[in-house]
Amino acid sequence: MKDDPSFTNQAFKVIGTRVARPDGIDKVTGRARYGADASAAGQLVGMILRSPHAHAEIRSIDTSKAEKIAGVKAIITSADLPDKVNGKRDMLDILENCMARGRALYDGHAVAAVAAIDAETAKKALKAIKVDYKILPHVTDVDAAMQDGAPIVQSWVRTAGGDANKTTNVAQVSQFGHGNIEEGFAEADVIIERSFKTEQTHQGYIEPHACLASVGPDGSGELWVTTQGHYTFRTQCAQLLGMDIAKLKVTSSEIGGGFGGKTHVWMEPVALALSRKANRPVKLVLTREEVFRGTGPTCSTSMDIKVGAKRDGRITAALAVLRYQDGAFPGIWGMLGGMTAWACYDLPNVKAIAYDVLVNRPKVAAYRAPSAPMAAFGVESTMDLVAQAIDMDPVEFRLLNAAKEGTRASYGPTYGPIGIRATLEAVKNHPQMKAKLGPNQGRGMACGFWFNFGGQTCSTINIGTDGTVNVSVGTVDVGGSRASLSMIAAEELGVPYETVKCSVADTATLGHNDTTEGSRGTFSSGMAIIFAARNAVGELRARAAKTWDVPVEEVEWKDGTAYPMGDQHHNLKPLSLKDIAAKSPRTGGPIAGHNETVADGAGVSFASHICDVEVDPETGSTRILRYAVVQDAGKAIHPDYVEGQFQGAAAQGIGWALNEEYVYGKDGRLQNAGFLDYRIPVCSDLPFIDTTILEIPNPGHPYGIRGVGETSIVPPLAAIGNAVSNAVGVRMNHVPMSPPRILKAIKTQRAAG
Amino acid sequence: MRYEAPTTTKDAVALLSKTKGKGQVLAGGSDLLVRLKGGFVEPEVIVDIKRIPAMQAVSKTASGFKIGAAVSCAQLGENSALKKAWPGVVEAANLIGSDQIQSRCTVVGNLCNASPAADSVPAMVAAKAKAVVVGPKGKRTVPVEDVVAGPGKTTLKAGELIESITLPARKGKSGDAYLRFIPRTEMDIAVCSAGVSLTLGKGGVVAEARVALGAVAPTVVLVPAAAKAIIGTKLDDDALAAMAAACEAACNPIDDKRGTVEFRTEVAGVLAKRAAKIAYQRAGG
Repeated sequence: MKDDPSFTNQAFKVIGTRVARPDGIDKVTGRARYGADASAAGQLVGMILRSPHAHAEIRSIDTSKAEKIAGVKAIITSADLPDKVNGKRDMLDILENCMARGRALYDGHAVAAVAAIDAETAKKALKAIKVDYKILPHVTDVDAAMQDGAPIVQSWVRTAGGDANKTTNVAQVSQFGHGNIEEGFAEADVIIERSFKTEQTHQGYIEPHACLASVGPDGSGELWVTTQGHYTFRTQCAQLLGMDIAKLKVTSSEIGGGFGGKTHVWMEPVALALSRKANRPVKLVLTREEVFRGTGPTCSTSMDIKVGAKRDGRITAALAVLRYQDGAFPGIWGMLGGMTAWACYDLPNVKAIAYDVLVNRPKVAAYRAPSAPMAAFGVESTMDLVAQAIDMDPVEFRLLNAAKEGTRASYGPTYGPIGIRATLEAVKNHPQMKAKLGPNQGRGMACGFWFNFGGQTCSTINIGTDGTVNVSVGTVDVGGSRASLSMIAAEELGVPYETVKCSVADTATLGHNDTTEGSRGTFSSGMAIIFAARNAVGELRARAAKTWDVPVEEVEWKDGTAYPMGDQHHNLKPLSLKDIAAKSPRTGGPIAGHNETVADGAGVSFASHICDVEVDPETGSTRILRYAVVQDAGKAIHPDYVEGQFQGAAAQGIGWALNEEYVYGKDGRLQNAGFLDYRIPVCSDLPFIDTTILEIPNPGHPYGIRGVGETSIVPPLAAIGNAVSNAVGVRMNHVPMSPPRILKAIKTQRAAG
Repeated sequence: MRYEAPTTTKDAVALLSKTKGKGQVLAGGSDLLVRLKGGFVEPEVIVDIKRIPAMQAVSKTASGFKIGAAVSCAQLGENSALKKAWPGVVEAANLIGSDQIQSRCTVVGNLCNASPAADSVPAMVAAKAKAVVVGPKGKRTVPVEDVVAGPGKTTLKAGELIESITLPARKGKSGDAYLRFIPRTEMDIAVCSAGVSLTLGKGGVVAEARVALGAVAPTVVLVPAAAKAIIGTKLDDDALAAMAAACEAACNPIDDKRGTVEFRTEVAGVLAKRAAKIAYQRAGG
């Protein structure tokens, strides 16, 4: 496809316009149905009992008293969730995370669950379950977990490729890079080496996890659930419960935010197991406290970053040592940090060493460009320090070292056409860069990189007899993909956007679709829709040919209409899609187009941000005065949504940079499992976030699309860190830069004179 | 659980007395409903006081103002006479929660919730507010600073409730102000706070003052030493520094998810200084 010229330089009619969103009215009127909005006759209320301890052996669970309470219909523990995956570790980890198996691994780990006729009875039953815990030593800090003698979180874990006899919390050490960094540092005129820390944050989606599960005695079941990937949920639930994949129908609800946190199952297998045991539907809705304690936040990290440069600004060597905690189960989060750390730059000698470390905290899940924001905080802060040390403008310094087409990326591949330089040029010329700053104000900028993902996709287009179009996709709409995919179908078929209705199909209707993650929704389903629409056009042409009784090769499709080709057919009247659809019952039945594909060719994505802040030097309080996002979208299908993604990602980054953090007590318990003390920004905390969309087409997609949802959460920690550091004159090296941390840094600086 | 909505204070007291401590008073419910839903309280009776006429009004009296226990904080913000006399008390009450919460929550509820971080309490303490307490044994008047015993604990006896809050009349050149520190811009809880009320004498010199701090000790603390530091001054830098030092000395905070001992202590002094300046300006100094 990369070489197919028909895919590039197209003149679009619908793509790039700002049409009305299809789900807007339902969402503002409350008609949209989310995870907790389904109910079934005879449904029970499911509730989960969670460990109050950070690490404990579960000696016994006595459910006998709870079972005797009138209205309690089922109680399950891990005994009701036997290993059906033959010890396959990643699946067993998910199961063990759903329900502790002999040991509670973190505060909030599920240990038992109840289904009862109402919430009051379920609560009573939870209180009546007696768990005998033997408290074990715990560790929640990533650096502490790497020390010799630290409490071991999982006794079976060995460092991949390391000592097979040594228990450890280091599950994996990954290394990326090329060249010779020792030689590179030896050539440097200036070397800056700094350490950084970032605290754990949660995606903070407004909708808590919720589902309605129903399993019948015949072994077939249904699950209504808020998820980013109902096919993935189906596969995971079926495997974990020993069900046939085809016999579990999963329907995705509207989703009130996921940001990576709803990419794998948390309590859904528990709801299904409760339903199976009770032989009644079970509705399970987590509380906000449970969401914080029992679902996957992103990692906290600790990093050492070292950059060497010549006086002229060329970087000679770069090294990142990254320590990411994955919670109580091994993940790939450190590895992703290692891959992304240096991806913005063209470096002769570069190395990233990344550790995936276990601690007694919840199982880490993806969070919007997972792992990249933390590494970028360390790298981009250090980049500013190097620029200062050689007295060079930070944007010019980055431009001089930025990757370009043909650059060998630090994580291996060689880049095709990419947008990092274009974003930096746009930042350089942005009016914000020239605006005057007042006292206690500072400006910072930073760059960010993220991969995009393609993956398995399966979509269908059905044309109604009135000429309206149903688009069925299997990628959950988390960020407006029903609008963009309707636009793509309209573009390809040549019909008005308003005549297209896009729905997310359940798992019984389409083949497997990978989860909406890795900014893949519009990229991959968009690709499948293009091909499905082209298949439908083939059928539309065939029907026109049949109607006219001419060979199909003599039918041309243009602007939603079949035209006969050649002078011999001059007496034939063109047939619109609507005309052909109306005749379809008599020309061969329904008209459809289908496509299944593995969407290869995902492009990489870059963004550069500018941030102005004001810091109150007496309280350490920071206000974001002005914020600008520049990002390469490849091709913006619906610019409103693209801008919304840029702004949303920046907003989450701002919250992370300034106030959001998991606070653990010495007892290993989470202290702030609620939105009062886990401080995501409120509207008045944010300025209007300015956006600039750049379009450097991705040659791997028919329309040049790059995923846009994630990249702009990567630069904010560093952009704000640089801005705050410039405002107060002290380098901030610990995120979040909460008022106590900033005030302490200012005071320490003052004391040092 | 039973819900009762009496129409007289006497009936409310009778209902509370009968439950022997298992009753809860409901005004706006912005704290009680959260605690009920969280399973932290399981009362036998909920006594809704919003139907009691005596508790529904803000009235100007010979000795100042009387704020009924069921008056919402939003209503305080709409009362121009109260706002003019006690802008600091009103701005503190109007900082609680969101617009929606404002239309429900009350200063008496804020006081009886007994959180050291309650926004309206330092301002009321600085304003020398008093609580009119009604119980089975009759009526008594208690300084606001004596109502709270510790986090979540009041000095109210079984069957007692607060019917109203009184604020003294303003005389001469007077002003008050309340400031809190929150990491966000709104919808947050005070990490520390300060309320200052003062009256100016001749030549713009502070003649009387009261300084109260929130979220730096188990209860809101009145800091006479801080007041003393600014009485007799025109809030020159030395006086303000002495006041801040007195505030810091009065702090006995904890390290928690909301802030550190060091941060709370230092910022309490900063806020007191800033609040004093605003109060001074409001007083016409």
